Amino acid sequence: MIYFDNSATTKPFKEVLDTYVTVSENYFANPSSIHCKGGETERLIHQARKMTASLLHVKPSEIIFTSGGTEGNNLAIKGIALKHSERGKHLITTMTEHAATFESFKYLESIGFDVTYLPVDEKGRISLEKLEKSMRKDTILVSIMHVNNEVGTIQPILEAGNIIRKYPKAFFHVDNVQGITKVPLSLKEAHIDLCTMSGHKFHGLKGTGILYVREGVTLSPLFTGGSQEGKLRAGTENVAGIVATVKALRMSFDQMKPGVKKMEQIKRFLINELSHIPGVLVNTPETYSAPHIVNFSVENMKPEVLIHSLEENNVFVSTRSACSSKQGGASRVLVAMGFNETRATNAIRISLAYQNTMEEAERFIELLKESISKLQEVMR
Amino acid sequence: MNHIYVDHAATSPVHPEVVEEMLPYLTEHFGNPSSIHFFGRKTRQVLDEARMICARSIGATANDIIFTSGGTEADNAALFGVANENKARGKHIITTQIEHHAVLHTCHELEKRGFEVTYLPVDQFGRIALSDLQAALRDDTILVSIMYGNNEVGTLQDIPAIGKMLEEHPAYFHTDAVQAYGLVDIDVNELHIDLLSISGHKINGPKGTGFLYVREGIAFRPHLFGGEQERKKRAGTENVAGIHGLAKAVSIMSQQRHERLKTYESFRDKMLSIFNEEGIQFELNGDKEHYLPHILNVSFPGIKAEVMLVNLDLAGIAASSGSACTAGSVLPSHVLVAMFGETDRVKTAIRYSFGLGNTLEKIEQVSRETVKIVKRLQK
Repeated sequence: MIYFDNSATTKPFKEVLDTYVTVSENYFANPSSIHCKGGETERLIHQARKMTASLLHVKPSEIIFTSGGTEGNNLAIKGIALKHSERGKHLITTMTEHAATFESFKYLESIGFDVTYLPVDEKGRISLEKLEKSMRKDTILVSIMHVNNEVGTIQPILEAGNIIRKYPKAFFHVDNVQGITKVPLSLKEAHIDLCTMSGHKFHGLKGTGILYVREGVTLSPLFTGGSQEGKLRAGTENVAGIVATVKALRMSFDQMKPGVKKMEQIKRFLINELSHIPGVLVNTPETYSAPHIVNFSVENMKPEVLIHSLEENNVFVSTRSACSSKQGGASRVLVAMGFNETRATNAIRISLAYQNTMEEAERFIELLKESISKLQEVMR
Repeated sequence: MNHIYVDHAATSPVHPEVVEEMLPYLTEHFGNPSSIHFFGRKTRQVLDEARMICARSIGATANDIIFTSGGTEADNAALFGVANENKARGKHIITTQIEHHAVLHTCHELEKRGFEVTYLPVDQFGRIALSDLQAALRDDTILVSIMYGNNEVGTLQDIPAIGKMLEEHPAYFHTDAVQAYGLVDIDVNELHIDLLSISGHKINGPKGTGFLYVREGIAFRPHLFGGEQERKKRAGTENVAGIHGLAKAVSIMSQQRHERLKTYESFRDKMLSIFNEEGIQFELNGDKEHYLPHILNVSFPGIKAEVMLVNLDLAGIAASSGSACTAGSVLPSHVLVAMFGETDRVKTAIRYSFGLGNTLEKIEQVSRETVKIVKRLQK
């Protein structure tokens, strides 16, 4: 089996599951309870928060545990907009964000906010000049994803942060769901105010996530109720999920250096091989792209057909973001990069994890070539 | 020390069978349900089954179940979801003074955003008067949110009568059934309930899971935007293993309902009869007729709740003074204040709540220890 759909979701690490089971069985009390059992689970959360903070080089009080990337993005974006609308109603984001960000902005537009959607070039990158030009006196939020989930493009977050910091009214949010543990990013150096991460993309659990909220940044919460998570996120903490996912984060960071190096090699190999297959067009840019995503289109071939053909050989890839895989038609991201309708519709995404091997990549290329020629024959 | 856990209303241990059922969905079947390949289809199927099980448990259709990250999210989604989508029709909401904070604080937030909220009072047993509800209903009332069973004192509201009353009114009816679910028979159609919130970890399911029932046709705006999961009503990759675990917990719960009711009744009787036999001073907080049997709330005159809890904790007993979500705060319980005003009874209340793993023998031990402490401190 070759699982090349790690941007959709990853397989949790074995040790992470062991932690989940142990905590579920032995530390089940509500962390808000004042008896000693509650104290024990509260300490577990406290340790997990400290560990997360040290991995991200921030303070424990700046870590909010959420139910995932979608909640993180919704909380950051709507939370800032609704809390600070009196200071201004202008927001900036890009045309290639994940649906969780994109739809949050669409909603804010519908209730009277003014949103600038920055275009991207053929590599999928925004222009820093355009960002600077778009900044206004009433801009209260800029949200830019670090690594694009469909093509893997890396945005110039550090440089964007240095522009945005000149506007004291504007907060800077980064969706780092695809970047974390794959592409280094310093929250401090990039002057990031809010940063979203999702557990199940780095071998943690579904239903878990982390939102970094810089000290002093105020938000309107999405969930009100109890006073958990510094009153920014009410609801009984998913203790076992949190502890397990933080373990996954630590393990991923431990394996990051050799893991990324290996993925880089596989990615280079895949791009090189793919570009030599007739009819295959590589959509992922060679520079400024993450080590784990390779996006390509095959001329005159519906991606679903190819995916199912690969699946018969136990190879799993995807069309694009899993969250929007049900929508037919062209990828919003590829269209924004200037690709034509067909190319944007025919896109296939390979996404890697540290565990994938060069042998798998070689086998994948063989099987892909076979599938393409077989299907081309059928369609002729 | 062997601890006795009588704080199941705060949270409950995950049933061992639930954990076991979840494991394959964390290991081999880990796919994203939105993926079109085999891994995705496999997990999609599991979601469909879980949705069916949860729907059946409240007499609903599968399509009307939205999986959430818990009770708080379900309550927030219900209130914001209805309020934001129906404000053209009216901006008045009715709730009670004794709701869980997930509802109360959401109402406060809605007030800040221009909605008008009526908070119905309760009597000394924790029940609202139906006449108060009737009187509060207006043409512009768009939502009535009344909890099924209270999490601190266990009092049940007359949900059938409320549902009936609202059948004639365009306002939607939401009930927070987090504590009642699993112990009372709920049929959303018979009871005319439009929205209903459930939490997984209160019924021996995993933390971070829950669901919101939203009747088909209700004007509802999602709370989380993004992907098209949960029929566009709740974006975000589904917590497959958690949802599967929740469904398993629901199945176990449904099978054992009657047995559990009887067991908790016997625990309650045991505690009260020991308190009576030993002649300690106590006051039962809650309704003697309409109550959830797993919650027993009592005040011990002259003994501050914090003092009592510390002593219980030292004796190896984990109980609480009220909702866990507010246990850290020094404020008196809003539920007890609504029932008794700011009296000493409020400051001396202890909640014992029963669940998986408790035995009559252990409950007797809890009662004896309680009596010992009370006798020592009431002197």
